[in-house]
Amino acid sequence: MKNNEELNYVIKKVNAIFNDVLENDDIKINYETTVKDIDEWDSLSHIALVVSIEKSFQIRFTAKEIQDFKNVGEMCEGILLKLGNKK
Amino acid sequence: MNQLIIDLDFLSLKKNLKKDFSGLKTLNIAILGDSSTQLLNQAIKGFGYEIQLNFQIYETDYGQIDQEVYNTSSELYKSNPNFIVIFHSAQKLLSKFYESSDSAKKDFATNHIQYLNNLFNKVKENTNAKVLYFNFIEINDFVFGNYGNKVQTSFIFQLRKLNYELMNLSIEHSNVFINDISSLSNQEGFRYSFDPKMYVNADMVFSLDFLVKVAKNTADIILSQIGRFKKCLILDLDNTMWGGIIGDDGIDNIHIGDLGIGKAFTSLQAWSKQLKQRGIILAVCSKNTEYIAKEPFVKHPDMLLKLEDISIFVANWESKVDNIKYIQSILNIGFDSMVFLDDNPYERGIVRNEFPEVLVPELPEDPSDYIGFLINLNLFEMASFSEEDAERTKLYQEESKRVDLKKTYTSEIEYLRHLKMTSEVKAFDNFTIPRVAQLTQRSNQFNLRTIRYSESDIMEITSCGEYLTLSFDLNDKFGNYGLISAVILKKIQDYLFIDTWIMSCRVIKRGMEEFVLKKIVDIANEYGFTKIVGEYIPTPKNGIVKDHFLKLGFVPGDNNWVLHVNNYKSLKIYIDEK
Repeated sequence: MKNNEELNYVIKKVNAIFNDVLENDDIKINYETTVKDIDEWDSLSHIALVVSIEKSFQIRFTAKEIQDFKNVGEMCEGILLKLGNKK
Repeated sequence: MNQLIIDLDFLSLKKNLKKDFSGLKTLNIAILGDSSTQLLNQAIKGFGYEIQLNFQIYETDYGQIDQEVYNTSSELYKSNPNFIVIFHSAQKLLSKFYESSDSAKKDFATNHIQYLNNLFNKVKENTNAKVLYFNFIEINDFVFGNYGNKVQTSFIFQLRKLNYELMNLSIEHSNVFINDISSLSNQEGFRYSFDPKMYVNADMVFSLDFLVKVAKNTADIILSQIGRFKKCLILDLDNTMWGGIIGDDGIDNIHIGDLGIGKAFTSLQAWSKQLKQRGIILAVCSKNTEYIAKEPFVKHPDMLLKLEDISIFVANWESKVDNIKYIQSILNIGFDSMVFLDDNPYERGIVRNEFPEVLVPELPEDPSDYIGFLINLNLFEMASFSEEDAERTKLYQEESKRVDLKKTYTSEIEYLRHLKMTSEVKAFDNFTIPRVAQLTQRSNQFNLRTIRYSESDIMEITSCGEYLTLSFDLNDKFGNYGLISAVILKKIQDYLFIDTWIMSCRVIKRGMEEFVLKKIVDIANEYGFTKIVGEYIPTPKNGIVKDHFLKLGFVPGDNNWVLHVNNYKSLKIYIDEK
């Protein structure tokens, strides 16, 4: 488990990407947010989200990771892990 | 037209979907694919907004290509498409290839072409829609290594054969156009065009970035088919056509030729010259003293462009805005069919500001990047090609001689007499059909109803028996204009309806209209029609023919114009029939 400050920073940045890609500034995400909680988050927009996150953090997810994310928290932990490995 | 189209990303296209499309010209597009097409749909629809077109998209679940095409009452045909985008992916092709027996592998390309031949025929039986067929990105599985190039049963052998045979097939099917995504993928690289995890997770064979390029390429073809394409390339000289400043550096010191940076400019000249040879009009617009600017064209041994390649040469110290206005007035084509190349951001800015319709590419700073950058923009898409295209520069040069002659006569009539004009009149035939189709696509100004026809449409019109057709060429003492006017008359009860009356703007004010009308009346008499009915459908560009029928003696009818053949009074004509 990474420290909360870093995780919160990543969630905040990912939140902005959600707002941009899903074209809805009212969307607020947290660790527990799942696909079911956000109407606009469907399989098509999921692709655009993943690509935007990859570009923004300059990381690459694997095909399996993309399928396996259960919630926003896991996704953001995955991002942190990749950022850590890059250093 | 968005000037920075190359910078668009998928997200901005997606955001366009929420914009207001009302008031934009609507085209119906059907998209049929054998892999996921939803994002392609979004990209194409979103791109439409950038070029001010409302694409109404009909999309099926993927894998429904054959069902939709072969079922004559399918939703595809009910959607009344103007264009049908058909897309088989190289990935699916590869799977199919692997499932084939060795003997079937040898005939794999041939069999797919046969299948497509039937498919395209079926489409043509059921709709006038044009087909945009994606060719195949050249993926090589290297099962045979490089040696696969010598083995007929290797995938790369069959795939390349397929792409080659596709070109041949599209020649046979005039309603089919190839969307060359293989070249697109080559430009950007396969790693750019394909995202393996998107393929694994969502059956997407294009990356989001590449979807933008595919959408643009698709739109390029559609735009050219509806008559929106570029006809003229206007070139700056100093640091655009050669390195250095001719007025300061002198003819011996400009950079051009095979050495160093000169090569970058020579590549651009070579490409421009090829464009000219296929029918793009080249014009020069340079801030220079004219004789100094012309000197390299005449004397420099490494100059590929010669003065005879340039239709209009403008070199002076006036504003480029005024000079482009002047070039436009001589060529008599729309600003939206012009491309302006200039290395100077200031000149680009004022031209773009004054004429937003003129396409002004944001040339890279490094001249060695010029040619690659311009090629990637696909500036000069075309809808048809005829032999006259290659002659165009000569035609405009003859025109400037006519302008000189005209100045020596005091009256218009005297001038027309001295031109000694003759015209050959005949029904459309196999030789004239390509040019007639092209005229319907290119003519924006002298075009009463602006109906665009493809070659296959025109063939149908000539053979179905419901129409009478007339084509006209024109000669005068300076040269041959070629086929410059065409008329399509629909037989309806006791009258002939003028479905199409178009003329090249190069022959306006030659008395051609009066001559054409006389031939229409002649043919009406010959076939026993008592009336001729015309219609004017206004567009932003055809105001020039607003009063066309009135001037020729037609009387207003119900939203149309009528001429009783008996009331026709012969007008003065200065053209002899050949």
